[in-house]
Amino acid sequence: MNAPVLDRRKVLSGGALVVAFAMTSRLLGDAVGGGEGGAGPKVVRPDLEGSLKTDPWLDAWIRIDAEGQATVCSGKAELGQGIRTALLQVVAEELDMPPAAITFITADTGRTPDEGLTAGSHSMQDSGTALANAGANVRMLLIGAAAKRLGIPVRELDTTGDGHIAARDGRRVSYGEAARALSLHVEAVADAPRRSPQSYRTMNRDFRRVDIPAKLTGGEAYVQDMRLPGMVHARVVRGPSYGTRLTAPDIAAARKMPGVLRIIQNGQFLAIVARKEWQAIQAMRVAQTSDYVKTGPDLPGEQGPRRLQSLASREIIVEQSDDGPKASTRTFKGSFSRPWYSHGSIGPSCAVAHLHGGELTIWSHSQGVFDMHRATAELVGLAPDKVRVIHTPSAGCYGHNGADDATAEAGLIAMQLPGVPVRLQWMREQEFGWEPCGCGMVTQIEASIGPDNKIAHWKYEVWSNSHNNRAVGAGGYAVAQEIVPGFPMQVPAPIPMPEGDGDRNANPLYVFNNMDIRYHFVPEMPMRVSALRSLGAHLNIFTMEAALDELAKAGGVDPLAFRLAHMQDERARAVMLRATDAFGWSKRLRGDGRRGCGMAFARYKNRGAYCAIALEIEIERETGAITIHRVNAAVDAGQPANPNGIRNQIEGGIIQSLSWAIHEDMTYDTSKRTGFDWGTYPILRFDQVPGSIDVDIVESAGLPFLGAGEAAQGPTSAALANAIADAAGVRLCDMPLTPAKVKAAIGNAG
Amino acid sequence: MTFELTVNDKTHIVDAEAETPLLYVLRGELGLNGPKYGCGLGQCGACTVQLGGKAVYSCLTPLITVGEREVRTVEGLGGVDSMNPLQQAFADEQAAQCGYCIAGMIMRAQALLDENPHPTEAEIRSHMQPNLCRCGTHMRILRAIRRVAAVPAGAAA
Ligand code: FES
Ligand code: FES
Repeated sequence: MNAPVLDRRKVLSGGALVVAFAMTSRLLGDAVGGGEGGAGPKVVRPDLEGSLKTDPWLDAWIRIDAEGQATVCSGKAELGQGIRTALLQVVAEELDMPPAAITFITADTGRTPDEGLTAGSHSMQDSGTALANAGANVRMLLIGAAAKRLGIPVRELDTTGDGHIAARDGRRVSYGEAARALSLHVEAVADAPRRSPQSYRTMNRDFRRVDIPAKLTGGEAYVQDMRLPGMVHARVVRGPSYGTRLTAPDIAAARKMPGVLRIIQNGQFLAIVARKEWQAIQAMRVAQTSDYVKTGPDLPGEQGPRRLQSLASREIIVEQSDDGPKASTRTFKGSFSRPWYSHGSIGPSCAVAHLHGGELTIWSHSQGVFDMHRATAELVGLAPDKVRVIHTPSAGCYGHNGADDATAEAGLIAMQLPGVPVRLQWMREQEFGWEPCGCGMVTQIEASIGPDNKIAHWKYEVWSNSHNNRAVGAGGYAVAQEIVPGFPMQVPAPIPMPEGDGDRNANPLYVFNNMDIRYHFVPEMPMRVSALRSLGAHLNIFTMEAALDELAKAGGVDPLAFRLAHMQDERARAVMLRATDAFGWSKRLRGDGRRGCGMAFARYKNRGAYCAIALEIEIERETGAITIHRVNAAVDAGQPANPNGIRNQIEGGIIQSLSWAIHEDMTYDTSKRTGFDWGTYPILRFDQVPGSIDVDIVESAGLPFLGAGEAAQGPTSAALANAIADAAGVRLCDMPLTPAKVKAAIGNAG
Repeated sequence: MTFELTVNDKTHIVDAEAETPLLYVLRGELGLNGPKYGCGLGQCGACTVQLGGKAVYSCLTPLITVGEREVRTVEGLGGVDSMNPLQQAFADEQAAQCGYCIAGMIMRAQALLDENPHPTEAEIRSHMQPNLCRCGTHMRILRAIRRVAAVPAGAAA
């Protein structure tokens, strides 16, 4: 959390601090935040690195006061991934000062640089790189100022790590003294000397996360915990899921419920405002006793995700290569799918909004506060500079869940209650029913090996909706089609390569002959969808790694050796070898009908972190239930800022991916989603987590940061399916790989 | 209606309807942050508190049923500078990602440790079954509990 509530309010009214920060306008630019959301701010200095490209002024990132205290800004938000601590370590290291001397402000449209979305495993690349280089620039300037002051050459000075610059003769200048003689309102240079990894004091250490203590002790850690003076509680009244409408909500009865202050109605949008939270919930329940009608598009029906293949699509060629005619000895053909997933945040989405003096301030856990302040402004009819969005943590979102919608709705409600802060939280069933799901997807593969056991042909197709339906204008919010006058729904567009969308990671890092890879982008969305951790990479890696195992088997080659034979990237090879060595791959038990082992690898987007997974499972043949005995992961995320933070993300990704692969499936009938709670949408619980997970970090000292937050999603599900194939001799292609499906497949296999 | 409620060793008089779930009394009337709304259905454990020493879902506990039993929330175990051994173990293991589930995890685990200071690995896993974590922090949560329970790491799952 940025600061206690009171401080935030002070800052809000103060204004001086806001002006002090250099801000650049946002125009068309390159893919900050992994290409999700809007276009991102304009690149003005392509020679610089990370987000300095779009915001080169040093004082937009770092200021140092006369006492030597630093204030540092980042446009990236703490989503539970530990980025706040990792970024703090990076900037402290390059400034060479203790993290405790730094006040760190994140993702606030009134105070920090616009760094687009906090998404796509881009935060270390965008913001970490910017802060590292900005820190190096500032440290260089501080040393220069000290040199002038002492009248000695720069080379005779060095920083000490405690906020001082020391000369060889023992004289010291504090950062405060040096900063007084300095303006940081200058553009960064590209070649400021970085601190060398050998002398790191803060980076590459398992520094404890700064946000964790409050989370363990009931501190004010989340937007849900905000209590502004005079704050009221809101609930929205809705049909059971997106694409439905209540026919006759009982507004009169709700109005009479205790504590109800206001009923907000605009077109079909209906919200209850009450003095206390429980009163708002009770009134919402009363109002919700109504029939509903379907208003949205047809749900996918019995075909499930394969419905996408019968909808109109636009073909995008991902990769084609012609390596001349090659003989094929063995061919593998298959079609794979995954269903629609819920983000499944443990805390339903929440936002606090306050209209004060004609300005709307919103505290939101959106991943995209910068897009949001423009889109919400459009929605509520204010100028963008009258809407300020302050990122405030919540439960993990893992992508575009209900956060943005709840924030927009809180804004609409607050507009009707000038001067009164409004806290809106969605209910559990609203989060399941209304959030954009992770996309259902289908792939098809036909690949063959030649006499040399090398892949001779690789024909690959993927069908998906856009994974990027984040609101960049008012029309991106669900409520925009409920209010009158409304806004037309935002037109979905796929994220182009090299980041990719449904085709993310459909282009192999492996070297194959004769590739033909196509993305059938389907604009029509049978289910409301948007970004979920790893986007299309999950199913693409699942498919590719399954095909590799099947072809290895056909050629009589070990799966690891087969992969290595097709991989030239040394870091990829190293990661595969590290994971499998730690696992004991060469001595692993071989599939015996019950037990089995599987491995898989991917470099996320072919430009993020490298991750290899090996795991051992056991299938209870009588029930099809899977026990995961042990998992080994190896990851190369470039220069680690906080190795334990990387480990935490990979461990979490492994468990979440296992949950997706084994359990998860957003169900529906003809009119609505039917997954509305943890009973109808089960996820992995303690009795199913692996016996052990060991994550090995391959250190790439001094190499660029590579985001690791999504790296485990594809390889883990893929390794699981490969282990099932090893154990039971059956290739399961359609997730979730539920016990019933496993049991049926084993039965069929005899 | 007014009720007398003992929470974290302090007695409070609260004015609320009898059927108000304890969760909303703790958060709304007493300003506590530990118990969280996750589902309101007894399916996720984010709202877990100790009631008379036992772990309960505060979202499903009507105020009127609390009676004289003492309520404990994570705030009652310790603060940032005075963490109890279990909170400290969570800090030492860095057992949180988003952390939204963690207060509930700590309260459920504390109830086990109060009753059985040295549970086995299997007992820990089965006791924690009601609580969900979407971030996948399970391995660290188990390690933190094991630290306090003094169960050797790697003891059979
Ligand atoms: S909120 Fe009480 S069990 Fe989920
Ligand atoms: S740490 Fe995020 S839900 Fe458990």
